Amino acid sequence: MTTTVSKAAVVAERRTAKRRTGGVGRPGFAWALPATAFFVLFAVVPLLLVAVLSFTSWNGLGSPRFAGLDNWTKLLDDPVMLNSLWLSVLITVLGVLVQTPLSILLGVWAAGHQRNRAVLSAIYFVPLLLSATAVSVLWRTLLDPNFGVPSQAKWLFGDGNLLGMQSGAIGVLVFVGAWQFTPFHTLIYQGAARAIPQVLYQAAQIDGAGTVRQFFHITLPQLRNTMITSMILMVVGGLTTFDTVLILTQGGPGTDTTISAYYMYQKAFKSFDFGAGSAIALLLVVVATVISLVVVRVSGYDKMRSSVEGL
Amino acid sequence: MSKQRPNYLAGLGSVLWLLVVGAPLYVLVSASVQSRADYGASGPLSLPRHFTLHNYIDDFSTGFGRYFLNTVIVTVCVVAIVLVVVPPLSYTIVRSRGRVTTAVFRLFLLGLAIPAQAVIVPMFYVISKAGLYDNLIGVILPTAAFSLPMCALVLTGVMRDITPDLYEAMAIDGASSWRVFRQLVLPLSRGGLSTIAVFSALQAWNGFLFPLVLTQSDSTKVITLGLYNFRTQYGINVPGLLAAVVLSMVPVLLVYLFARRTLVQGLMGVGGK
Repeated sequence: MTTTVSKAAVVAERRTAKRRTGGVGRPGFAWALPATAFFVLFAVVPLLLVAVLSFTSWNGLGSPRFAGLDNWTKLLDDPVMLNSLWLSVLITVLGVLVQTPLSILLGVWAAGHQRNRAVLSAIYFVPLLLSATAVSVLWRTLLDPNFGVPSQAKWLFGDGNLLGMQSGAIGVLVFVGAWQFTPFHTLIYQGAARAIPQVLYQAAQIDGAGTVRQFFHITLPQLRNTMITSMILMVVGGLTTFDTVLILTQGGPGTDTTISAYYMYQKAFKSFDFGAGSAIALLLVVVATVISLVVVRVSGYDKMRSSVEGL
Repeated sequence: MSKQRPNYLAGLGSVLWLLVVGAPLYVLVSASVQSRADYGASGPLSLPRHFTLHNYIDDFSTGFGRYFLNTVIVTVCVVAIVLVVVPPLSYTIVRSRGRVTTAVFRLFLLGLAIPAQAVIVPMFYVISKAGLYDNLIGVILPTAAFSLPMCALVLTGVMRDITPDLYEAMAIDGASSWRVFRQLVLPLSRGGLSTIAVFSALQAWNGFLFPLVLTQSDSTKVITLGLYNFRTQYGINVPGLLAAVVLSMVPVLLVYLFARRTLVQGLMGVGGK
């Protein structure tokens, strides 16, 4: 009897306390459960499994067998693997170097309010809508040495088969990546450039600074945080380029464009060496996670601030 | 806002980029409406001489309709899952202050950086063991799971902008969490909801890796896989291939036409401060 009374009292008290602090509309954790469970099951568990599988040997049939450090020692001795890491880094760095200046310039330009800029930005956006598959198929066709543009524009391409030599193939991968993803980064910079307070520019104009000086002394410094976010996204995207390589070069000529993500696919799903594939995948995760931790720190996403407060 | 001299250099640059973006798209469309013979004779950069829809009709007769239908099924299911699970998640992240919620939010933020390639081997293992290999459900589940982080981020950002006064007003009325969610949070985040719908639809429609690894037979093939196989099998039939590429983008372009503002604003938010 006494216990029920006290329980009711506690509940009542808690209820008034809640009301005083505006506690209504603060849902319990159960609300987040479906999404979290789903995500854990299909992203976090596989992520843990990939670590386990990297220490096993498995050919896709039957069950994985524990193999100790076998996959790892083999990978460290594998020249193709080491080369693939170097190629991934190279293509990523080239991608960042090409896309960053382009998307800053385009983004800042598109941040203006003229009508023609709005229309052009809408068109610039289109490549981003296409699947990487469609983009790769399109460019593969365009660059075909016999039926594509090179056959019509010998003055530009010579009679070279771009995809048939390493520098050409890497150039094409970097270019096609830029063609597809510059729109996204342009958009990021466009948003950020619009958020720069106009007062700064007005002050600069009074001081007699021209467009170029304004760009270097106001726009660029104000875009610093955005640049970091965007570049990190480029790095993660670049390291995990896959569809483009599969369709445009098949890792070739030879293994000249066999980047890590593609090598992982080959090992696992072509050579049915799922253990080795997992080890490569785990390497990719480690790199991507380190970078993402940096993103979260640098961008302040984890502070859970509202996007309306401050800049 | 002040009047400035026109920046001719920037104008020139923007036109150049328009060419870089536009020229390939022009070749794509113009080649897809030419006959194979015409295209072979005059090459990609020419103007189409005889307009024909033959390539499109051909594509449909070689099974493209089936791929199209499969892609529609995958896309609709992925969007449905996202719209059911993400809003309550974001609502919790925004409104509850517990340590668990913060941890969950961090988990999803980290999830942004997990590349699909990283988990594709264990995914193949899990899906095979679950008996979902070569089944559209086996494609739908991971695809939906992988669009959760971005959708959660976008929707959480939107919900955070609902002012506390409104919650207090509902509190005075004695509303339950469910009522606050249904009558306040959902209506006020309509923009965010359409952003995540469009975004996850785009992901699902353009998805490649999961279908590539998790399906096998023709009856479960999606468009992107169809394009990939088409290229390796009939590499010479360029107009037919490019018509298929155009077909794969038509629905996306239509959505873009109607939901441009929504999509662009959602993605802009990602760049953040």
